[in-house]
Amino acid sequence: MDTILQVRDLVTKFYTLDGVVHAVNGVSFDLQQGETLAIVGESGCGKSVTVLSLLGLIPSPPGRVEQGSALFRTPFGQQDLLKLSREELREIRGGQIGFVFQDPISTLNPILTVGEQIKETLTRHLNLSQEEARERAIRLLADVGIPDPELRYKSYPFQLSGGMRQRVVIAIAIACNPQIVIADEPTTALDVTVQAQIIDLFQRLRSAMGMTLIWITHDLGVVAGLADRVMVMYGGRVVELAAVEELYQNPQHPYTRGLLDALPRLDSRETRRLVSIQGAPPDLRLPLRHCPFAWRCNYAYDHCWQEIPELVATAPDHQVACFYDLNKGAPRHG
Amino acid sequence: MAFESRPFEHDVDTLLDIEKTPLQRLAYYGRFLWRDRGGMIGMFIFLTVVVAALFSPQLSPYDPLDQRLRDSKLPPAWAADGTWDHPLGTDNLGRDILSRIIYGSRVSLTVGFFGVLIAATLGMLIGSIAGYIGGRVDSAIMSIINLILSLPYLLFVVFIAAILGRSLLNVILIFGITDSPIFARVTRGEVLRIRRSGYVESAISAGARWPHIIVDHIIPNLIGPLITLATFEMSAMIFYEAGLGFLGLSVPPSVPSWGNMLANGRKYLTNAPWIAAAPGLAIMYTSLGMNLLGDWLRDVLDPRLRRARR
Amino acid sequence: MAEQEEILRVVDLKKYFPIYGGLFGRKVGDVKAVDGISFSIRRGETLGLVGESGCGKSTAGRTIIQLYRPTGGHVYFEGVDLTTLKGEALRRLRPRMQMIFQDPYASLNPRHSVAKIVSEPIRLHRRVSSRELKERVAELLELVGMNPAYMRRFPHEFSGGQRQRIGIARALSVNPSFIVCDEPISALDVSIQAQVVNLLQDLQERLNLTYLFIAHDLSMVKHISHRIAVMYLGKIMELSDRNTIFDDPLHPYTQALTSAVPLPDPIAERRRQRFILIGDPPSPAHPPPGCVFHTRCPLATDECRTLEPPLREVLPDHFVACHLADTRGGSKIDG
Ligand SMILES: Nc1ncnc2c1ncn2[C@@H]1O[C@H](COP(=O)(O)OP(=O)(O)OP(=O)(O)O)[C@@H](O)[C@H]1O
Ligand SMILES: Nc1ncnc2c1ncn2[C@@H]1O[C@H](COP(=O)(O)OP(=O)(O)OP(=O)(O)O)[C@@H](O)[C@H]1O
Ligand code: SF4
Ligand SMILES: [Mg+2]
Ligand SMILES: [Mg+2]
Repeated sequence: MDTILQVRDLVTKFYTLDGVVHAVNGVSFDLQQGETLAIVGESGCGKSVTVLSLLGLIPSPPGRVEQGSALFRTPFGQQDLLKLSREELREIRGGQIGFVFQDPISTLNPILTVGEQIKETLTRHLNLSQEEARERAIRLLADVGIPDPELRYKSYPFQLSGGMRQRVVIAIAIACNPQIVIADEPTTALDVTVQAQIIDLFQRLRSAMGMTLIWITHDLGVVAGLADRVMVMYGGRVVELAAVEELYQNPQHPYTRGLLDALPRLDSRETRRLVSIQGAPPDLRLPLRHCPFAWRCNYAYDHCWQEIPELVATAPDHQVACFYDLNKGAPRHG
Repeated sequence: MAFESRPFEHDVDTLLDIEKTPLQRLAYYGRFLWRDRGGMIGMFIFLTVVVAALFSPQLSPYDPLDQRLRDSKLPPAWAADGTWDHPLGTDNLGRDILSRIIYGSRVSLTVGFFGVLIAATLGMLIGSIAGYIGGRVDSAIMSIINLILSLPYLLFVVFIAAILGRSLLNVILIFGITDSPIFARVTRGEVLRIRRSGYVESAISAGARWPHIIVDHIIPNLIGPLITLATFEMSAMIFYEAGLGFLGLSVPPSVPSWGNMLANGRKYLTNAPWIAAAPGLAIMYTSLGMNLLGDWLRDVLDPRLRRARR
Repeated sequence: MAEQEEILRVVDLKKYFPIYGGLFGRKVGDVKAVDGISFSIRRGETLGLVGESGCGKSTAGRTIIQLYRPTGGHVYFEGVDLTTLKGEALRRLRPRMQMIFQDPYASLNPRHSVAKIVSEPIRLHRRVSSRELKERVAELLELVGMNPAYMRRFPHEFSGGQRQRIGIARALSVNPSFIVCDEPISALDVSIQAQVVNLLQDLQERLNLTYLFIAHDLSMVKHISHRIAVMYLGKIMELSDRNTIFDDPLHPYTQALTSAVPLPDPIAERRRQRFILIGDPPSPAHPPPGCVFHTRCPLATDECRTLEPPLREVLPDHFVACHLADTRGGSKIDG
């Protein structure tokens, strides 16, 4: 498999009145052609900021991408997304990289029909005539499972339900056959039955288009059925990165394990007491000098407070940033 | 009983701790003020005007009414033939402009303060009745208020002023009454918002009666937005008072007020521009300060904005 | 929890919200947020109430504790019909039934200290010396796992989970026997949800509390509830004990709902049968005739489109509102 996106040591900070928010602190990952990478973590752990940084969508001020690189390999060559001009990035956004945001209402323009909005994306990035763009837009609406696409083409966003709006946003994201689609919590605002529809849609589109997908969520259930690999973030850092089955069966980071233990299981009859993680997520205004999870970690020992653990491979396709080996039940070093 | 292994939450909040003693709280507001330089400048300006008004006799070098025709139209000190005897020069009747400016702040602040006091009292009363009772009463009150607000404000004021005649009391009453709809509208909006808020619902479910809800929930949450509004309205009133004075509709011409000085200076704009410039600048200075102060108060009085993001 | 007495009985409860429209703001219709629900809860039990957004869960909770006055029906709480009570009589009963609110940010007055928030319900009903109040607040904060020293702080200084704890301490301050928990964990992070759920369970065991637990997260509802009611468009579709609801649901909606919940297990997830419903829930302002679910039901018959199915006891303690439900699996969607 080819690496389509290679992110290295991404650092993004927000300079606010309340201090510097260290939102993303050295995130690195590779995205393979055709895979689905899930980014999971709690609210405020830097999931959105990570991907927004890649696309030049960080509000600035107060935000600033401080360092890092993001090599995007296309058939036409390789570019560092973080070094591109605004103009070039705008070209890529919506063109080679599609985006689905959490809140479909704020993504769509309320005063344009959904058809016009899809058409606008198509004509901006592809050389299509008005008529071709219209036909293609209607086909896209049908592709994302909107009944009566001809009719819906002329609808305004407020005339659609939440699930329908999210489908329209997805249609816009895939309009130009992007190489990568980034979906930032696309189902969080939806009901479970509608969420199931949207996940099903993504699964169908993925196999039909060979889509490479980054899926951001805080729901470990959604991840299990959808992702190939999972990246767990905590406090603006990647703490674990593994193939999906490996991660659920053999979580190596105390935080990942804690999250899994904190979930009740729908498919089991007995009810064990949930194992909760103590405390609250870290305040990102404190500069990081040690493991971000050390505050809440049951395994933390003196070393955890002295250094920031880096991601190390414990198995092929399994990396973890922790000084403690959960399987051995002892610190990794000596 | 077996709670989680650790008795209390040891979270990071405790480290970044938020102030506890009153002194530390004061320091907290101080830091806020410092961080927001605009607010600090506003506060400084406001205080200088208040001090000028309170201590006019002590601060003024001359009696503001003292005419010395021999010294008329002396330019300010920094001009070619100005002297430090009259730092801001003198007017056409030879009155010291600095002293008149200092005394003028009394009129402006009196009008601003009492005007807002009346407007706020009336407006809060009407607005809270509309917001709390709701329904038909609300619709009726709001229609009247919107009608008043849609009248051309200044024209309305000028009209009333022309009928009632020139006196400080009249000016205050005019401003107090014509401005009350704005307070009523804001109050009503806030009362509606607070009434629908989760904490009022929670209080009702705990068995609260309405006096408790008004005293404990509505009033404390109303005060912040109203103080902010009062600051802005006071600034506007000072501005409009000067406007009325300029049109010859405010306090009697004998009283040193910024508006009267402006009106008087108009005749000498070409040969003694400082006569009009000084009160003009005083008005600008005060209104800038109060607007800065208002902006700052809006931020500081809103606990939601104070909340540090995790 | 063997056969404790019934603490709450809800009979055909209705709550309609008028819709005003037209030029003169006349009433043009009703949102039938809750449209005839009946159930009962035993002391010490947790009844889960699940359903999709807008199906009337919160309205049901609020109408039961008389925050909204019902349009019809009765609520018997500890033998008293709350719907007939007014003013002071109702107010005096309020401490017995409390509510924990969904939004821990909105339900605490930002200008009150934690001590004031937690003690408010006590102060409303009794005259207590300030020292006694303080001791009680400290005791309550400790009960919910918070440091009593936090008493003098203000809500904005706390995280979501801590605020929810403050809300729980407040609800407990007047020793209620029944608590409506309206999505108490939806606004919280996954790692914090477990803290609050564990706390609620501990408190229930210790104080013999009865909960109506409202949520849309089915896994959590299953975890905490003894019995579960599934709501759709203002009506109860199915009501049974928690394992039956998940292992052997009879109503097609329940079947679709449970199968739509993603499991945190890639292998089980891959083996799973899914029934994906088509479309979205209709608006409660214009509920469909007949069975309210028929517009999305894969099994709907002509009868379903015209005749409303009553909530029947198809199996012992297993209530279903579906024409096809029987003991032979007539209402099963086979995938
Ligand atoms: N515009 C901003 N100004 C200041 N801080 C910000 C801004 N945007 C994000 N942050 C901070 O950056 C951190 C990471 O935010 P981010 O939006 O990436 O979180 P997330 O993981 O996407 O969370 P969620 O699940 O809630 O969407 C947060 O602590 C947040 O407070
Ligand atoms: N105060 C109100 N006035 C008018 N309509 C209301 C009111 N409260 C709720 N509704 C309507 O009643 C219906 C049920 O609302 P309710 O809040 O009970 O749903 P819910 O099941 O709690 O949903 P959620 O999961 O989103 O909280 C919705 O259609 C809503 O719009
Ligand atoms: S590095 Fe230490 S503190 Fe961090 S998760 Fe691992 S064991 Fe816990
Ligand atoms: Mg996000
Ligand atoms: Mg609700």
